Amino acid sequence: MKYHVDEKGYYGEFGGAFIPEMLYPNVEELRQKYIEIMYEESFQKEFHQLLKDYVGRPSPLYYAKRLSEKHGAKIYLKREDLNHTGAHKVNNTIGQILMAKRLGKNRIIAETGAGQHGVATATVCALMGIKCVVYMGEIDIARQAPNVARMKMLGAEVRPALSGSKTLKDATNEAIRDWINNPVDTHYIIGSAIGPHPYPDMVTRFQSIISEEIKWQLKEKEGKENPDYVIACIGGGSNAAGTYYHFLDDMEVGIIAVEAAGKGIDSGESAATSALGKVGIIHGCKTMLMQTNDGQITEPYSISAGLDYPGVGPMHSHLYKSGRAEFYSATDEEAMRSGLELSKLEGIIPAIESAHALAIFEHKKFNPDDVLVISLSGRGDKDLQTYIDYFKLA
Amino acid sequence: MNNRIFTELDSDKKLLSIYFTAGYPHLNDTVKIIQDLENSGVDMIEIGLPFSDPLADGPTIQESSTTALKNGMTTEILFNQLQDIRKTVSIPLIIMGYFNPMLQFGVEDFCKKCNEIGIDGLIIPDLPLDVYQEQYETIFKKYGLINVFLITPQTSEERIKKIDAASNGFIYMVSSASVTGSKSGFGKEQESYFKRIASLNLKHPQIVGFGIKDKKTFAQATETAKGAIIGSAFIKHLTAHGTDNIESFIKSIR
Ligand SMILES: Cc1ncc(COP(=O)(O)O)c(C=O)c1O
Repeated sequence: MKYHVDEKGYYGEFGGAFIPEMLYPNVEELRQKYIEIMYEESFQKEFHQLLKDYVGRPSPLYYAKRLSEKHGAKIYLKREDLNHTGAHKVNNTIGQILMAKRLGKNRIIAETGAGQHGVATATVCALMGIKCVVYMGEIDIARQAPNVARMKMLGAEVRPALSGSKTLKDATNEAIRDWINNPVDTHYIIGSAIGPHPYPDMVTRFQSIISEEIKWQLKEKEGKENPDYVIACIGGGSNAAGTYYHFLDDMEVGIIAVEAAGKGIDSGESAATSALGKVGIIHGCKTMLMQTNDGQITEPYSISAGLDYPGVGPMHSHLYKSGRAEFYSATDEEAMRSGLELSKLEGIIPAIESAHALAIFEHKKFNPDDVLVISLSGRGDKDLQTYIDYFKLA
Repeated sequence: MNNRIFTELDSDKKLLSIYFTAGYPHLNDTVKIIQDLENSGVDMIEIGLPFSDPLADGPTIQESSTTALKNGMTTEILFNQLQDIRKTVSIPLIIMGYFNPMLQFGVEDFCKKCNEIGIDGLIIPDLPLDVYQEQYETIFKKYGLINVFLITPQTSEERIKKIDAASNGFIYMVSSASVTGSKSGFGKEQESYFKRIASLNLKHPQIVGFGIKDKKTFAQATETAKGAIIGSAFIKHLTAHGTDNIESFIKSIR
C-alpha cells in the first residue's frame, strides 16, 4: 500500500489536513465517516446504478487503430469523454452527492475553473433536488460563458470569485470561505484529488472506477489486465488518480503523467507543477505547488483551463518524488497539435486537457508491442472556440 | 518563560488587541502603525504577514493582503522593518500569518528571527494542532514563542479541552461561524456561546476575535472573555483615513 494514503492522510510526506480550526468539525466528520459510508452496500448499489444508467458507464476502452499505427504502439483510449456531461468529473460528483445526502447536508458548494466540475456538480444537484452554489473566478466566468449558462440552466447559482487573481485558486478559496460560514448544512464537493484529507483519497476512490474498468476491459481485449503504461493529464490530478489507482502497486505497469507546460516551462507562463513547484501548503494540503521564494502562491497558465491549477494532488507529488511515475509536460502547441491529430485520425475531438495526455508521443518513444491506456478525460465541445481561434478554423 | 503576553494576561484589565496587515496601506507603514497603536493604549498587536490565499479571512483583510503584496511586502522585509521595534515598543507583538510563507522561510529560521526581534507569539490558522505538536512545538518553545490556537462555536467540548491543554498563552475564540469581518453585531447565539465557554473554566484565558468592530461589540465580547481583537474594522479605518488618525479609532472603542 505504499502509494495509497496512510491512516493519517498522507502519501509519503504529502497530504494531511492543514485547515483552520473553523473547518475542523466538517473535515473531521468526513474523515471519520467517508470510508464506512462509501462501502455501505446501499451506497455502492446506488452509486453503481447511477454510473450505469445516468452517466452511461462503463465507458468504452477503445483500441485506436490509426493512432496506434501512427505512433508505433498499441494505444487504447479510456473514453471518459463519453460520460454524461462530457468528462470524468461526474464520477466524483455522483459519489459526493450521495455522500452529502448520507451526511444529512442540504446545500452544495463547489469551485470550478473551466466550468466542467461546476457543470458536473450542478447536474447531480439537479438530479437530487439539492441547492447548489458554484464559485468561479470572475475572469473564468467571462471566458467560459457556455458552461456558465449550463450551470444556470441546471438551477445552480454561479457566484463570481472577485478576490486575488479571480481564477480557479481564488474560486477554491471562496468555496472554502463559504464552508466556514455555513458549517452545518453544507457539503463542499471538491473537483479534483486535492484539498485536505480525506478529500484527495475520497475523490480518488470515486474516480477509481476508471482503472477498475480498464482491468477487466483490457483482459477481454488483450487477455491480460495490466497494460505496459497508463497515461493521463494532470491538473489537480483526479482523472489521473482514477486511471492509476488499481495499477499503483503493480510495478510492471508504468505510470505516466503529463502536465501543462503552457508556453514552455521556462516561459513564466506554465502550469507544470512538478518541474516548477516546491513543497508547500495549498488549500489545506501539503504538496508540490508553484509559488514565489516567499511562499506566495503564483498564478499558473495553460491554454486549457482545466489544467490551470498551481498545485497537484498529494498522491501525484508522492508518485513524482518516489519515482513511481514518469512526469512530462506538454506545451499549448503540442497539446493542440495532438488534439487535432486525434480528431483527424480517429474522429474524436478531445478536451484540450486530455490532448495533453495524447501529447506524450511528442516526448516519449514506445515499443511497437507496448500496450498503452490513455485517459481521454473529456470531450472537446467546450473547447471548440479555443480550437477555432488557434487553428483559424472559421 | 518570561513572555510579554503573560504580563498582559495577568493584569486586571480587559485587553484590546489590534490586527493589521503589514505593508498596508503602504509598504513602510508597519512601524508607525505599531507605535501609534501602543501610544493610543492598545494592549497587544497582531501583525499580519500577508499571504496570497488567506482562507480564513474575509474580503477586507484579503484585499489588504493583496495590496500589501503588491506594495512589495515579504517575510524578509517585515523582519527588517521590525528589527529595532523593541527600542520603542513594549506591548506584546504577535505575528499572524498562514503557514506556507513560514514553511518557505524555514520554520526554525522564522522562529529564531521572531525571537531576535522580540516577537512574543504566533497565530497560524492553518497549522493544525496535531502537526504543531508532532513537528514544531519544541522549536516554538526553544525560541520562547507562544502559539495561539483557535476555537469556534462548532468546536466540540472535548476538542476545546484538548486545545486548552495544548495552549500556553491564551485561546483565540472565534466569535461565530464565519471568516473575518463578516458579521454585524452579536446576537443571542454569540451570547450563549460566550457564556458556555466561560462556564468551562478553561486554564487559559480567551480573547475573542472576528466581528469586533466598535465600542458595543468590544464590550459584549469582553463581558466574559479576557479581551478582544479588532481586525477588519481597523483595516477599514486605515483604508478610509490612512495612518494619521489611529488614536481616534482606538478611543472610539474604549
Ligand atoms: C476533461 C478534463 N480533463 C482533465 C481535467 C483536469 O482535472 P484533473 O487533473 O482533476 O483530472 C479537467 C478539469 O477541468 C477536465 O475538464
